[in-house]
Amino acid sequence: MAKEGLRHTPLYEEHKDLGARLVDFAGYEMPVQYSGIQAEHRAVRNHAGLFDVSHMGEAIFRGPDAESAVQRLVTRDVGRLDVGQAGYSAVCYEAGGTVDDVIVYRREGDFLVVVNASNREKDLDHFRENTEDLDVEVADESDDWALLALQGPEAARLLQDLTGTDLSGLKPFRFAWGEIDGARSLISRTGYTGEDGFEIYLSGGDAPRVWRSLVEAGATPAGLGARDTLRLEAGMCLYGNELDAETTPLEAGISFAVHLDKDPHFIGQRALLLEDTGGLRKKLVGFEMEGRGIARHGHHVTSGAEIVGEVTSGTRSPTLERAIGLALVDPGVEDRFEIVIRDNPVPAKTVPLPFYKRDRE
Amino acid sequence: MSVPEDLQYTKSHEWVRTEGDTATIGITDHAQDELGDVVFVELPGEGDTFDAGESFGTVESVKAVSDLYAPVGGEVVEVNSALEDAPEKINEDPYGEGWLVKLRTSDTADLLSPGEYEEVVAEES
Repeated sequence: MAKEGLRHTPLYEEHKDLGARLVDFAGYEMPVQYSGIQAEHRAVRNHAGLFDVSHMGEAIFRGPDAESAVQRLVTRDVGRLDVGQAGYSAVCYEAGGTVDDVIVYRREGDFLVVVNASNREKDLDHFRENTEDLDVEVADESDDWALLALQGPEAARLLQDLTGTDLSGLKPFRFAWGEIDGARSLISRTGYTGEDGFEIYLSGGDAPRVWRSLVEAGATPAGLGARDTLRLEAGMCLYGNELDAETTPLEAGISFAVHLDKDPHFIGQRALLLEDTGGLRKKLVGFEMEGRGIARHGHHVTSGAEIVGEVTSGTRSPTLERAIGLALVDPGVEDRFEIVIRDNPVPAKTVPLPFYKRDRE
Repeated sequence: MSVPEDLQYTKSHEWVRTEGDTATIGITDHAQDELGDVVFVELPGEGDTFDAGESFGTVESVKAVSDLYAPVGGEVVEVNSALEDAPEKINEDPYGEGWLVKLRTSDTADLLSPGEYEEVVAEES
């Protein structure tokens, strides 16, 4: 039964037919799992998984000042992006805290900025309020687009059978318009799993047919549960966990998405420059449990009697078969500490990120 | 959803098999299905004692942590240590190999019949 007030993606009926467990996520009734989180996780690592992420928001920047507007709002220098290229970026407040993390697509004549579903309204307000002086239209096209993520080592082979676009020519963070099973789609070689794969933007009307074609071709439907364990193994941030208004992108370890020398300047650049020279207030670390237990978001990190940080994400890694997590800790913290799990301090040690890196051919 | 006729149940989704003064305890098929893949179990030690309704451990799935409540009071006489390495047994066989603990009990607690438990589950969904 549909829950009252929740929104549905164009693939809602597919999820119900597949017997998905549906949960409220950012105001949408979304599939958290179909067959089971671990089986779906492994399907993505070993074969190909298919996610409905149509709840993500799409903001289009159009007009003579579109590039100036995006440059002002995001931490990456989008002047360095070619048409057909995308870049991961943060959006910051003046004080350096994070509004959202986004993907910016430089398209022919406009910019597509893909935002987290939970931040959509806040982001659109922020985008518009901070570009009022510019000749730019910021359009919210979130409801016009469905978004599928096809991820895993077999993703390219599966998708190639359904499209005339030569996928071998589509490098990571590149995108192209093409047809998939006859549906006009923006095909982007991006993802949130640490695997090769594609994100496919297409109309809601076409989405169910393309979804079914991909499932028939062998892609395993995968839910938000597996999406979270996959991104965590890949050491990727989730807004609301690793990133928030109190945390800068430098602290969250995504300085690769921040061009501190960028000119024109972005909102928050001064604060981030000051933090970069003056030292971080906290830093993101990856850790592995040494004792029994699974760290979870919000658990304290302690060193002896002192609280030295907080767990931002934690799970049992299906690939590594160990309990792993991310934490924001004091910059001086040692590489061994404790995670307080239900009043019980359990030993943990820092490990390099990402936890999981795929073998590249 | 399977609700065996020969067991008793709690509103918090544990099952109890009583044999003499020994109560074997686990979580129901409905509970394991709601949790999803169980990846971690925290159980008490042998000799620990619990009152009825007291938390005696936790089960964790990939996404959720759930407390376990003692359906009856008593002393732990055996724990299913196989679950430490194979917590998935709780999903695969919740009424068999996925059992959690055995208590020696003197209590007679207020437990649900299979029919009453099915009503509890029906009301929740």
